[in-house]
Amino acid sequence: MAMAALRREGRRFAPMISSRPITALRSSPLAPSLEDECPLGVRYISTQVVRNRMKSVKNIQKITKAMKMVAASKLRAIQTKAENSRGLWQPFTALLGDLPSANVKKNVVVTISSDKGLCGGINSTSVKISKGLHKLNSGPEKETKYVILGEKAKAQLVRDSKKDIELIITELQKNPLNYTQVSVLADEILKNVEYDALRIVFNKFHSVVSFVPTVSTVLSPEIVEREAESGGKLGDLDSYEVEGGETKGEILQNLAEFQFSCVMFNAVLENACSEQGARMSAMDSSSRNAGDMLDRLTLTYNRTRQASITTELIEIISGASALEG
Amino acid sequence: MLRRASMLLARRPILAARARPFSTDLPAAPSADATFTEAWTKVIPNMDPPKTPLSFMQPRPPTPSSIPSKLTVNFVLPYASELATKEFANPCYDLIPVFKHSILSLFLLIVPATTGQMGVLPGHVATIAELKPGVLSVHEGSEVTKYFVSSGFVFIHANSFADIIAVEAVPLDRLDVNLVQKGLAEFTSKLSSATTDLEKAEAQIGIDVHSALNSALTG
Repeated sequence: MAMAALRREGRRFAPMISSRPITALRSSPLAPSLEDECPLGVRYISTQVVRNRMKSVKNIQKITKAMKMVAASKLRAIQTKAENSRGLWQPFTALLGDLPSANVKKNVVVTISSDKGLCGGINSTSVKISKGLHKLNSGPEKETKYVILGEKAKAQLVRDSKKDIELIITELQKNPLNYTQVSVLADEILKNVEYDALRIVFNKFHSVVSFVPTVSTVLSPEIVEREAESGGKLGDLDSYEVEGGETKGEILQNLAEFQFSCVMFNAVLENACSEQGARMSAMDSSSRNAGDMLDRLTLTYNRTRQASITTELIEIISGASALEG
Repeated sequence: MLRRASMLLARRPILAARARPFSTDLPAAPSADATFTEAWTKVIPNMDPPKTPLSFMQPRPPTPSSIPSKLTVNFVLPYASELATKEFANPCYDLIPVFKHSILSLFLLIVPATTGQMGVLPGHVATIAELKPGVLSVHEGSEVTKYFVSSGFVFIHANSFADIIAVEAVPLDRLDVNLVQKGLAEFTSKLSSATTDLEKAEAQIGIDVHSALNSALTG
C-alpha cells in the first residue's frame, strides 16, 4: 500500500511540467507540496527536490535487496531442518488420525507467527484463520482460548480478543530453533492451559513462493478415548495393545504430550521457513518497485533539467533580440 | 497491493504442485476431512479452509488379511529420519514358525520398551509402547545396527508398519565411555544431595539414562 502511494506521488511530477505553458508570465503553477521548497518567483521545480527523492529511493532499493539476500540465506539454513522434521508428525497422524471437526468444549488455538515484520501477508493469514476457528468453535458451553507465539499475531489479536488470550510467547527465534526449546515451550503451554483440543495454526512451507495455512489438531486423551469409543476414524484405537505403564490412560497422556511437542516443533520450523520465503518475495517486489520509481524519477529529473535550460535560453535570446530592437 | 500480488502468486503454484510434483512434501492423496471443510465454508464463506495434516500424509496400506511377510519401519527423530519406510522382508517366513527360527537370515527389530526389550517381527500385533533409554537394534540377516535411544514411542500398526519416534538416537560407536562414567558419578552425587522432589526426579532420570548407556556400551 505504501509503495502504491509513493508511486502516485512520483507520477504527480510529470503532468505538472508538461502542462506548464512556456510564457513570460510570472505565475508559478506549482503543486502545493513543493511551493514552499522553492524560492519565490522561480518558475520551475527545483531539480534538487527530485534529486533528493532519487537518492532516498536508491537507498531503499539497496536495503531491500540486501534484506532479500539475508532472507534467502536464512531460508537455506532452516529449510533442511524443516524438511527433516517432516517425518515427525506422520506417525501420530497414522495412529490417531486427524479430527479437526471434533466437537469439544475447551478449544485452544495456538497461533504461530513471526516476531519481525516485512514478510508479506502470512501473519495476517494465520490470524484470520485463528479467528475463523474461534468462530467455528463458538457455541453454547464451548469456549476458545488463544495461545500466541510471535509479536505480529499478538499485535493483531490483542486488539479485539484480549480476554481470550491465555499465553503470549515472543522472541522464539533468538536462538536457533531446536527440539529442546520447543518441548520446554510445549510443556509450559500444557501446564498452564486447560484443553480438550489444541489447534495449531501455522503456514506450511511448500516452496519459496507458496505457503499453505494449515491447522493441526491434537486432542486430549479423554477426547481420544471418547472418539475411540464412538467409532469412526479412531475406532481401531482399541485394537492396539498398550505396553507398559499402569493404565492405558497414562500412556495416552504421555502420547498426547509427545504428539503436541512434535507437532509444535514441525509447525514452528515450517512457519519460520514460510516467514523467510515471504520476506524474500516481499523484498524482491519492493526492490522492483523502487527500481520502477527510480526510472520514472529519472525521466522527471531530465525533463526538469531540460525545461530549465530551455527557459534560460529563451530568456537570453529574447533579451538579446529586444536589445537589437 | 503487494499482499494481493503475493497471494495470487501463492495460489497458482499450489494448483501447479498438484499437477506437476516438484515440491518436497506432496499431498499424495488429497483427502481432507469433509465435515471440517463443510463447517468452515458455512461459517466463514470468504476464506479457503486451512489444510490439515491428512492432506499431506503419505497414504498407508490397509490391513492385510493374512500375516504379512514384510515389516516397514519408520524411525524418525526431530532432526532426521533415520529409516524412512524401509522394508524388511522375511523371505522364508511362511516356512519358519514364530519364535523358533535361526537368526541367520531373518529380520528382527528390538526396541527398549518400558517393560523390557521387545522384539518386533512382521505380523506383530498392533501395539503402542513407550520407550525407555536403551539400545534399539535392527537385525537384518547377519548385519546388526544398534542405536542408543533416549526415549520415545513405538507404534506397531496392524498393516505391518512400525513407527519409532525417538527424541535422540545415536549409533553406539559415537558414545564415549569416560564421559558416561563421569555422568553417572555426577548424577549419583546429585541424587544424594538432592532436597526437593523435582531435583530427586531429575537426578534419578540422569542415573537411569547413564546406567543404560553404561550397560549398552559394556553389554
